[in-house]
Amino acid sequence: MNPVATPFFFYFLSIMATVSAIGVITRKNAVHAALSLIVTLVSLAGLYLMLYAPFVAGVQIVLYAGGIMVLFLFVIMLVNLDQNIREIQFNKQWMVGLIAALALGGLLLFVIRQGRDIFPVNLSATLPERQNTQQVGLALYGNYMLPFEIASLLLLVAIVGAVVMAKKRI
Amino acid sequence: MGEIGTLHYLVVAAALLIIGTIGVLTRRNVVIILMSIELILNAVNLNLVAFSRLYGLQGQVFSIFIITDAAAEAAVGLGIIIAFFRNKETVNVDEAELLRW
Repeated sequence: MNPVATPFFFYFLSIMATVSAIGVITRKNAVHAALSLIVTLVSLAGLYLMLYAPFVAGVQIVLYAGGIMVLFLFVIMLVNLDQNIREIQFNKQWMVGLIAALALGGLLLFVIRQGRDIFPVNLSATLPERQNTQQVGLALYGNYMLPFEIASLLLLVAIVGAVVMAKKRI
Repeated sequence: MGEIGTLHYLVVAAALLIIGTIGVLTRRNVVIILMSIELILNAVNLNLVAFSRLYGLQGQVFSIFIITDAAAEAAVGLGIIIAFFRNKETVNVDEAELLRW
């Protein structure tokens, strides 16, 4: 099936992702920041769908927008932020931030300008969509078996660490 | 509006990375700093998936590992935030000065 109106959806989703990402770092209220982060994550899932990666898009929505963001909102509710809203939200490092952003932006712009010719402009799908999940599963349980197991160990350690951190007395 | 290539996706990912960096460097609220770190990880993910369109499936597998890593990082980071808030009654990073000299 050929995609319809690709440039329109691309620009729509990427502008939505960028604008709500700016919202994440400028909103005073942490709940508002979390909500605009959810908008960013969902529009990135749309971009993954446009890149013919439906499994990653599903994982993005289920794990990021569903799991991690619920964790964030839960902690925002748990931590009392009422007096925090009335305080100054930005520290005095705006100069450092500006310099870092300019350096990083200049570097990325330079690299993208230098390498723009080596990417093929016309993309053709490498796999039909319905085989994507199957192929990702085969790769995870085949070539990437050891990293997969290490990731499960990492999650176990993270769960134990989070419980130890958040517990009042061990 | 021409054809959308890999470069377009790289530019969006670069914008998200820069926004996340500014957020990490300039905000005081720890929760929002963690959210900015999530933005940076998402920019990396977008790069990987965009390149997996050109060079095969490995990029998508790596982006799944990065999402796992982000979940672990969020769990531990939010646990640290809860412990910090219990001790200091605040969530501003510049008031965490125990190890500063």
